[in-house]
Amino acid sequence: MTRHSRLRRLGRAGALGATLALALTACFGSSQGGANDNPNADVTITFWHGWSAPNEVKAIQDNIDAFEKEHPNIHVKAVSAITDDKINQALRAGGPNAPDVVSSFSTDNVGAFCSSGAFVDLTPFLEKSGIDPKKVFPPAQATYTQFEGNQCALPLLSDAYGLYYNKDMFKAAGIAGPPKTLSEFDADAVKLTKESGDTYSQLGFMPLYHGYESALSHIAAQWSPTYFTPDGKSNAADDPGLKAAYEWQKALVGKLGGFDKLDTFRTTFADEFSDNNPFMIGKVAMAIDGEWRGGMIDDSDSKVNYGVAPFPVPDDMAAQYGKGYITGTIVGIASTSSKQNAAWEFVKFMTTDTDAVVNFANGIHNVASTKAALASPNLDKDPTTQAFIKIASNPYSNTTPASPNGGAYQVTLQNLGYAYEKGKQTDLQAGLDDAAQQIDTDIAQSQ
Amino acid sequence: MTAAALDPGLRRRRRRERLRNLAFLSPWLLGTGLFFLYPLVTTAWLSFTKYDGFVSPVWDGLGNWKFVFQDYPFFWPALRNTLWFVVIVVTTRIVVGLGLGMLVISVKRGSSALRTIFYAPYLAPPVAATLAFVFLLNPGTGPVNTILGRLGLPQPGWFNDPTWSKPSLTLLALWGVGDLMVIFMAALLDVPNELYEAAALDGAGAIRRFRHITLPHLRPILLFAAITGVIVMMQYYTEPLVAGQVASGQIGGSGQQTEPGYPDGSTLTLPQLVYNLGFQRFDFGAACVIALILFTLSMVFAAFLMRRGSGFLAGED
Repeated sequence: MTRHSRLRRLGRAGALGATLALALTACFGSSQGGANDNPNADVTITFWHGWSAPNEVKAIQDNIDAFEKEHPNIHVKAVSAITDDKINQALRAGGPNAPDVVSSFSTDNVGAFCSSGAFVDLTPFLEKSGIDPKKVFPPAQATYTQFEGNQCALPLLSDAYGLYYNKDMFKAAGIAGPPKTLSEFDADAVKLTKESGDTYSQLGFMPLYHGYESALSHIAAQWSPTYFTPDGKSNAADDPGLKAAYEWQKALVGKLGGFDKLDTFRTTFADEFSDNNPFMIGKVAMAIDGEWRGGMIDDSDSKVNYGVAPFPVPDDMAAQYGKGYITGTIVGIASTSSKQNAAWEFVKFMTTDTDAVVNFANGIHNVASTKAALASPNLDKDPTTQAFIKIASNPYSNTTPASPNGGAYQVTLQNLGYAYEKGKQTDLQAGLDDAAQQIDTDIAQSQ
Repeated sequence: MTAAALDPGLRRRRRRERLRNLAFLSPWLLGTGLFFLYPLVTTAWLSFTKYDGFVSPVWDGLGNWKFVFQDYPFFWPALRNTLWFVVIVVTTRIVVGLGLGMLVISVKRGSSALRTIFYAPYLAPPVAATLAFVFLLNPGTGPVNTILGRLGLPQPGWFNDPTWSKPSLTLLALWGVGDLMVIFMAALLDVPNELYEAAALDGAGAIRRFRHITLPHLRPILLFAAITGVIVMMQYYTEPLVAGQVASGQIGGSGQQTEPGYPDGSTLTLPQLVYNLGFQRFDFGAACVIALILFTLSMVFAAFLMRRGSGFLAGED
């Protein structure tokens, strides 16, 4: 081969490489939107959401109709039953068919949406409209919709967690009312447990982390843990509340018969969202669950005579009784949208207009997500709904904060819980140290 | 003779031939380029970048590779599980598929009914089949353990026990072995009967007939079953994911993350990590590392099997 032909081949290879690099780069950009649109122009915006049940879609449409009446120049095209995977694809791709306004049932992706810029920072819009999120939204809702000061989402209704208890079983066991502290709760759980050989005919409470909603973060909220330090590092190894939550659960597992016996009993549970949910058929006397369980019980053939109360708090935090774990649906504006001003008008209406929030909350039996709506006399008067409204309004209620890699830190903490509850991990502090290190490594990898 | 020495007419003719050949090859070239080479090159490139799916990728050298091999706690258990499934499930499926094929062609009556019974489960959608197995093998309420209990036999924890979860998935894979059974049946019926008759006259027993007549004829089919089986197991995603999620009782959500590989990571496979990293952690770079590892492993297994297989086939010639 001559020098000339070698050079020619090298040139061809270089050209091919450059073309390939250009082609690859072209595939990973996303079309850019902006907030330069005229909000008074006649436009149609696209709104993607995950609701699909007829009553949910109707409630959304009612709000859209109310919005269009107030803003006749902005038309909203709603697309229902959208999953997070589809949202992520659309946010990456952009284009004329991509959504302008996006809502997601999970709060865990807020960190990625904010830090990547997939959702626009709403701070300039909020300032322009004179809205202070800290004044409008309860603390938990304000927390899970922002990441490192970037308020890229707003809450669109909430879910709150509380204690469901079987009134008949309480009466039979001579328990006057729902427990307020965890020591009362432990005593009641033991009193309500009826063993039958190797199993139970009735269990006071299923404490295992796989016991449906008895997840670590739902329970740990009663200690108001601080998951991250101000500089974004994991605080798991140093947070006394988190450690106390693991220890309380482990001790309760022991009091109720030990891991193996409870886990064997757990495998007899039917599907969580079926009519045979263990609380609904009287297998367990108490359960931690969200506001939706009340509606499910009422709509089912279950004869369970139930009451709802806030989940008990640690004895040394009795003054904070009434709080609980809060999560919810979030909504944001896609950075690829070219109609961001019009989109903001819609997001502002859906998330901050008290009538809109109240009507939507009543329509789909969720908890309202603004302070004003939570105090509204027009909210559903049903006692279960009212109990969860109080939990959501409690200033000590809290949530799991956003992280740049979704819920990876929760998986790490949960896995420690699984190992600790079954006795595979005996040194809790060593486990927490390792978990904190793993969380930091995972976050560093994602940045 | 150099190209310059060729007369212009011949050169034109050769160029036309080359273009015509390229035109004939173009559908394949286009398909392979677009759907194999381009994704492969992109995956390799992304594995050296930080890419969250939203912002353009940024070169990161070996950062993702170091993270996956050194700092990602799920990688090594998932690799071990994947290799377990490749070796055990592929082997048992071939053995059972061949056994069932031989059984069906050997029975005098009811062969069609048996063929239908063994093949039908293969048509069940993977999610439905997995849900049914989790229900049947539920340690607390499932009918299998109820029967075992009545017989006084031990009742395993099946999908809820890390020791039994992989064997449970193997049982599920064997239940749907009808595809291999049909292929083996066709191959078995293709073996000339005279060979068996001649061997029988020479005094060869059933085992010797199987070893010296049946197996050599089946080698190409065995090779096919092994290679496709390895590829399927390298992509093993739906069944372990559904089984783990349903048996764990958790559907996931805010504050309640789905635990990958329940119980104790025993059903975690490499394809689940690709999804977990790419679409739950928004770390496409690290997800691409796992995808490349899967690709390499598939190639190594396929090359090894084809080398062994071609040796057998050459021996036949």
